[in-house]
Amino acid sequence: MREQLVTAIADMNEDEAMRLAHAMLDAGEDPQVILNAASEAMTIVGDRFEKKEYFLPELIIAGDMMKAIGELVKPKLSAQMAQVPRLGKVVIGTVAGDIHDIGKDIVAFMLDVNGFEVHNLGVDVPAAAFVAKIEELKPDVVGMSGFLTLAFDQMKRTVEAIREAGLRDRVKIMIGGAIMDEGAARYVGADAYGADAMAAVRLARSWVA
Amino acid sequence: MSEKSVEQLYNERLARVLAAATCQQPDRIPVFGPFQKYPYQFAGVTLKDAMNDYALARAACHKFLDYFQPDVDFGPIFAYPARAMELYGWRAFKWPGHGLDDDVMYQYVEGEYMTAEEYDEFIYDPSGFMLGKWAPRQFASMAGFAQTIPWRRFMWSGWMNLNFFWLTPEYQETLRAVQAGAEEAAKWWASQFQYWDEAKAKGFPMAFAGWDWPPFDIIGDTLRGTRNILADMRRRPGKLHDALEVATKIFIEYGSGAAGAPLPFCWVWVHKSTREFMSDAQFREFYWPYLRKGLLALIEKGIIPVVYWEADWESRLEHVADIPHGKIIYHLSNTNFERAWDALGGKVCLMGNVPNILLLGGTPDDVKAYCKRIIDYTKGKPGLIVDAAVMLDEAKPENLKAMFDFTREYGRY
Repeated sequence: MREQLVTAIADMNEDEAMRLAHAMLDAGEDPQVILNAASEAMTIVGDRFEKKEYFLPELIIAGDMMKAIGELVKPKLSAQMAQVPRLGKVVIGTVAGDIHDIGKDIVAFMLDVNGFEVHNLGVDVPAAAFVAKIEELKPDVVGMSGFLTLAFDQMKRTVEAIREAGLRDRVKIMIGGAIMDEGAARYVGADAYGADAMAAVRLARSWVA
Repeated sequence: MSEKSVEQLYNERLARVLAAATCQQPDRIPVFGPFQKYPYQFAGVTLKDAMNDYALARAACHKFLDYFQPDVDFGPIFAYPARAMELYGWRAFKWPGHGLDDDVMYQYVEGEYMTAEEYDEFIYDPSGFMLGKWAPRQFASMAGFAQTIPWRRFMWSGWMNLNFFWLTPEYQETLRAVQAGAEEAAKWWASQFQYWDEAKAKGFPMAFAGWDWPPFDIIGDTLRGTRNILADMRRRPGKLHDALEVATKIFIEYGSGAAGAPLPFCWVWVHKSTREFMSDAQFREFYWPYLRKGLLALIEKGIIPVVYWEADWESRLEHVADIPHGKIIYHLSNTNFERAWDALGGKVCLMGNVPNILLLGGTPDDVKAYCKRIIDYTKGKPGLIVDAAVMLDEAKPENLKAMFDFTREYGRY
C-alpha cells in the first residue's frame, strides 16, 4: 500500500491518496511510514515541476494532500519522533506594501519539501521584521518576494536595513516575483534573482553546500 | 508643430495610433501606456490624495500630459474613487488609508467569493448569483442583497407573493448605502468625463473605450480565487468548463461597450495565463479557447482589443498567434521582445516593453538603448507601440522623458 500511496499522491489522485492513508492507519501501519511515503511523493512532484510536467495547480493540490495527510497522522506520531535533519534555514516574505503571496508561498513550499527549514513571514513584511527574524533565527538564506513595482525600492530598503544591522554578510539574499530580473537583483543589492520556485531551491542549495 | 490646430493634432494622434494598432505604417512609432500611479508621483501627489480629491487627480494628470505628451492618454482613471469604495465597504481591495500606507498602490484581496459547491448556481443564473451571493461577500454595505428573491421568480404573478424582501430593515439599509456610494461614484465619473473633454481640448484622445477580463480570470479573480481555480482545472474540470462558457458571454457583453468609439480600444487585463500558473496543455484547454472566442466577437464588432498579457507568456506565443492579423494589440510585459516579434511581428501589433527597473534604476542612456534595441529589431515594419513593460507606478522623470523623446525622434518611418 505504501507504493500505491506514493503513486496516488504523485499522480494527483487525491481521493485515492486519502483512502490509502486511512486504510494504512487502520491496518496499524506506523504513521511515520505514511509521512515518509508522502515526502517521497513530494520529491517526485518536485521533479515533475522542474521538468515542466507539473505547474502551479499540481503544487497546490500536492500541498493540500501533504497538509491533509499530516493532520491525519501527526496526532498518532510518537512524541520523541526523530527530527529530520534540515539542509539550512530560510526566512522568506513579501516585502512591505505588497500583499501578493501566491509565488512566495510556492517557493516556501518547494524549499520545505526540498529539505529546508522555512520561516514564512507572510506578506507586507516591514524591513524591521526581516531584520528581527534574521537576528532571532540566524538563517542561511533570506528570500524576498514582490509582485508590484513598488517592491523594487522596498527590497532595496530592506537590504539596506539588513546591512545597517550588521547582518548582510551573514545571509545570502534572493529575490523573486513576476517583474523581477537580474537587473532588479543588482538594483536592490540582493545576491541573486530566481525565476521560479526551483531556481530558488537551486540557489539555496548552492549557498548551504 | 505650433502651426497645427488642436483638432489636427487630435486627428493626427488618433490616426497614428490606429495605424500602428492595425499594423499599418503611421508617421512614427506611437509611445504611450497605462500610466497607473506615476502621474501622481510626478506631480508630488500621494495616491491617497489622488483617490480622494478628484480635482487634484485631474491636475496631476494634466501636468503629466503636458510634460510627456503621450500619443493617447489614460487620465485619472487609475485613481480609484476611495470615498465610494469606503461607502460601498469594498472588502476585496486594500488601498491607501484603508489597509495600506498613503502612497502605496491599491491591491486586490484574494478570496473564495464563490465556493466550489456554488458553480451550478452561477452557471444557471450568473446575475442572480452575483446579486444575492457575491455582492454581499464583496461589499459590506450590500448585506441586504442576500435576501433578494431571484428575479426569475417574479414572472406572472410572482411579484405579488415575493416582493416582501424589499421592506426588510437590512434591505432598506443596503439601498440607502448603495445610493450614497453611487452618488459618490457619479462625482468621480463626472471628474473623468471632465478630464476627457479637457484632454481632447488639448488635442489628446483617450487610450481606452472599454475594460475587460478573460473568461478564466472572471472566474479566477472575481469568484474562486487563484489557488482554487488552478486546482479546479484538475478537481472539477467539467464545472469549470461550463462556467467558462458563461464567463465568455459575460466577457463579450462587457467589452462590447467599446464599439463605435473614436479609438475603439478595449483593454483586456490578463492575470493568470503566465507560464508558472498552468501548463501549455491547460492553457490550451481552459484559457485560450474561451479568451480567443471572446476576442473574435469583439473584433467582429469593430473593437480593437488591447490584450495586456501579464508576466512572461513566451511559451504561449505560438498559440496566441492564431488570431486575425492587424486587428489586435498584445502588450508584452516580461516576455522577450525579440522572440515575441519573431512570432507575431507585423501580424499583431506589439506594445511594450521598456523594463520598469530600467525606468526606475537606470539612466536615460539605458532607456534609449533599450528603445533602440526593440525599434531596430522591427526593421521598419509597422506594428509597434513603445511603452513600459508593466503598469507605470515609479520612474525617474528623466528616464521616462528619454523613452518618449527618443521614440518620437528615432521611431520615424
